[in-house]
Amino acid sequence: MSDTVTPPRSFQEIILRLQTYWASKGCAVLQPYDMEVGAGTFHPATTLRSLGSQPWAAAYVQPSRRPTDGRYGENPNRLQHYYQYQVLIKPSPPDLQDLYLGSLRAIGIDMDLHDIRFVEDDWESPTLGAWGLGWEVWCDGMEVSQFTYFQQVGGHDCHPVSGELTYGLERLAMYILGVDHVMDMPFNDPQAPIALSYGDIFKQTEEEYARWNFDVANTEVLLRHFEEAEAECEKILAQAHDDPKTGKRIIMVHPAYDQCIKASHIFNLLDARGVISVTERQAYIGRVRALAKQCADAFVQTRAGGWQPEDAA
Amino acid sequence: MPDLLIELFSEEIPARMQKRAGEDLQKLVTNGLVEAGLTYASAAAFTTPRRLTLTVEGLLDQSPTTREERKGPKADAPEKAIEGFLRGAGLTRDQVEERETPKGNVLFAVIEKPGRPAAEIIAEVLEATIRNFPWPKSMRWGSAPLKWVRPLHSILCILTDEAGHSVVPGEVDGITFGDTTEGHRFMAPGRFPVTSFDDYSAKLTRAHVVLDASERADTIWNDATNAAFANGLEVVEDKGLLAEVAGLVEWPVVLMGKIGDDFLDLPPEVLQTSMKEHQKFFSVRNPKTGRIERFITVANRETADNGVTILAGNEKVLSARLADAKFFWENDLRTVREVGLEGMAKPLADVTFHNKLGSQAERVARIEALARELAPVVGAKPDLAAEAARIAKADLASEMVYEFPELQGIMGKYYAEAAGHNDGVPEACEEHYSPLGPSDDVPTAPVSVAVALADKLDTLTGFWAIEEKPTGSKDPYALRRAALGIIRLVLDNKLALALKNAFAARIGLHVAMLAESTSSDECEDLEKNLRLDADFQSKFDAIKADREGVLHSFGFNDVGSKTLPLASDLLAFFHDRLKVYLRDQGIRHDIIDACIAMPNNDDLTLLVKRARALSETLATDDGENLTQGFKRANNILTQAEEADGVEYSYGADIKFAEEPQETALFEALDTAEAKIAPAMKEQDFAAAMSAMATLRGPIDAFFEAVQINADNQTVRRNRLNLLSRIRTLCLSVADLTKVEG
Repeated sequence: MSDTVTPPRSFQEIILRLQTYWASKGCAVLQPYDMEVGAGTFHPATTLRSLGSQPWAAAYVQPSRRPTDGRYGENPNRLQHYYQYQVLIKPSPPDLQDLYLGSLRAIGIDMDLHDIRFVEDDWESPTLGAWGLGWEVWCDGMEVSQFTYFQQVGGHDCHPVSGELTYGLERLAMYILGVDHVMDMPFNDPQAPIALSYGDIFKQTEEEYARWNFDVANTEVLLRHFEEAEAECEKILAQAHDDPKTGKRIIMVHPAYDQCIKASHIFNLLDARGVISVTERQAYIGRVRALAKQCADAFVQTRAGGWQPEDAA
Repeated sequence: MPDLLIELFSEEIPARMQKRAGEDLQKLVTNGLVEAGLTYASAAAFTTPRRLTLTVEGLLDQSPTTREERKGPKADAPEKAIEGFLRGAGLTRDQVEERETPKGNVLFAVIEKPGRPAAEIIAEVLEATIRNFPWPKSMRWGSAPLKWVRPLHSILCILTDEAGHSVVPGEVDGITFGDTTEGHRFMAPGRFPVTSFDDYSAKLTRAHVVLDASERADTIWNDATNAAFANGLEVVEDKGLLAEVAGLVEWPVVLMGKIGDDFLDLPPEVLQTSMKEHQKFFSVRNPKTGRIERFITVANRETADNGVTILAGNEKVLSARLADAKFFWENDLRTVREVGLEGMAKPLADVTFHNKLGSQAERVARIEALARELAPVVGAKPDLAAEAARIAKADLASEMVYEFPELQGIMGKYYAEAAGHNDGVPEACEEHYSPLGPSDDVPTAPVSVAVALADKLDTLTGFWAIEEKPTGSKDPYALRRAALGIIRLVLDNKLALALKNAFAARIGLHVAMLAESTSSDECEDLEKNLRLDADFQSKFDAIKADREGVLHSFGFNDVGSKTLPLASDLLAFFHDRLKVYLRDQGIRHDIIDACIAMPNNDDLTLLVKRARALSETLATDDGENLTQGFKRANNILTQAEEADGVEYSYGADIKFAEEPQETALFEALDTAEAKIAPAMKEQDFAAAMSAMATLRGPIDAFFEAVQINADNQTVRRNRLNLLSRIRTLCLSVADLTKVEG
């Protein structure tokens, strides 16, 4: 327990330490998904890979966008674009709590001085048709992570169960680095010849996106894109499993799922533009969920989803 | 006699589930043991965030041997019968006895079930308990099929007697029973073995775990109040929070922190709610000023720096939270300043109250109209009541209430004050949700009462109009609570309000609005003419007559046909709620029924006044016997009327009286009638009923001395008509046929 970890000095050092830590614990360190998503959970490495029987262990940073949270870079804690660190291990190992606590040590939290607590918090994603049980993890009263045992995703029971960890990187890093305003946080080493703060990198983009998200984004275009993404997703999944050109079984789950993600993000943008009424909200969420379910149904028909050629017989 | 110790060690159990889980563990295991014949002296359960523990003392070391004797067929019965008997008993022919009986030789089987060792029974019972544990929500983890509230890591199960302890052999899905456990996650990591409950609890204490939740709660409360007291402050009591926090820690350490100066001017309710909901902090108040100045947080460990780091972190998190709250507060105040509460309420037009009952804004408009109409009944100025109703729900559109829904009403009060109201409107904003339960305070300020009644009346008539009434245990819109709210508002404020007309007027409007075919003309007419205090049917007929020659829509006709049955049904619902409410105050349901059967039963103040008077009268000797006398008179009369096919209702004449007791009854009735009629006019039920009770003597004496069915038909008819006077007089006070006994 005498782990004397030197405190990290920058945002990126915390990310690098998490990458190194989870790599050392056997996770495949993936890269962010190259689409706009609301949370790390939307990355197919979590949503789709938590389905089916195949073992899985992955860790990655995921840039996440929540248009309604934009505050023009002025609020010390709120951003419309921020980073999550996501770990998904299937089946959840028996020592997942200890592994998680190890990651906090690795990023400089001294367990002998801080108060870490696991406080009940059941997770549910109506858009993904997913839920799980777990906790929010508190460090001295601050929520630093979500810890969830997935029970259902896309309407499918999870067998085996995945353990999911989600760290809100900015908030966690601000706490460790003792910074009060996110824009003041050192992004790279403050001693570097060209030291950059979080604000140097993101203050301007927060302003730009806040203005666009709230006042400028073309809602007609967005509404049309939503419909198109929805139609495309369903069309892709309606294709025959066997590809007529190669003769191979190719179910195009990931391209279809991309459309589902797209629809979800467009919905978030429309929400930020304030053009979705309370009653419509539920309907839109239901439509995205329907897509997510169809993708989940298709994924378990693929090899990565645990399908075996014998199943076809 | 051995003692049993069980500990189910898991990842963190939600605080709100722990207490019940401890009770369930004790119940399931001890019931299982007793069913299998293992009795015990005492048992107790304990819970911490990571463990459910059960200790059972003085357990039998094995279940007793049982012996059962079964009588079978005769020894010379057919082979098949004997075979069947042997199969049933699980014995062979040479294992059963042949006994001489008066009927000849008969086979007897003696089945002996040997006792089983405690360990064997315990293993079975514990496995069944774990597999069937009634968690409100359970989960799977890893690849195992087992379900538990969170991953289950180890099962400690030992029997201890003078000779020492032994592990009960057993396992559940790969988790083998053992004799080890763990202490505090951070302060004493690592497993250790235990030999008995005493050893277990002593070692846990050393390993920084307080096993008993109530001990943890006591420690927290004592340390918190001491810390506050030392600074001349007091902790705001919150039993729910105390229980929850005691379920979040195994080793409670109380720390008192400061609230930034910037935030001390926030309303105390805001500070309290934000600290409690987000941070699970206790509020610490300055008793002199009533302000919240500090907070108490409960950490799960001691640290080398005495909690300095932990407290600094908590203060920082709180500052961020309160900065949000202050931001909402200031934005809301700015909104009030710039556009007023009406402006703040604008977005309610886009908030659906219920998909059939329209938006919150539409609902507010209805409540406003209602409050205006109700104002004279409660002694409020109509304009003021209407204004209060218009802004009472504005805070639902405030940023603060969006963040903290539980502050609805309270924020309304602050914002109404900020808008310059000092006329009862701020109080109405806060109090119009009241009373929320049977023991909640009932508003008495006229404006508050008007809006509170209007709010609930709109809800109830609306849901009755769309026929979404509570069923069984399902009451998602809390309609029972709303009805009880109206009952208490009416009774406590002694309001004279004829509910049935009020129900009908509003249900009628709801029905009209709901039907798509209703024209706007028709709706307008109904809105203008249906009044809370006017008879629905005559008003409706008048509107219909005025619209002579215009084709009525289906919706309009619906109003005519559906409204009164729905209003009657709603009134019956109120009467049921009233019975429950008065039963708790010691008034019997049959007494209430006797009063409900009387006219004006929708005026609850009158109804309850009558019921109380009747209840008091029936509690006296005279009252109770009068009921008997009344029933006797009523029975004789009813039978005679049925037999003779006539109604004896008029014409008893004293000149046909033969017996002195008969004459006396005539006179007593005259006297009583002279008192009852004016008393009833004055609604002085107590006077009327005591006059009625004076009839007890004369009626008893009359029945004692007089034969009703006299041979002389004139005398007989005269006596029956006399009974009819008793009946009529008593029924004018209350329907005594409904009184039991």
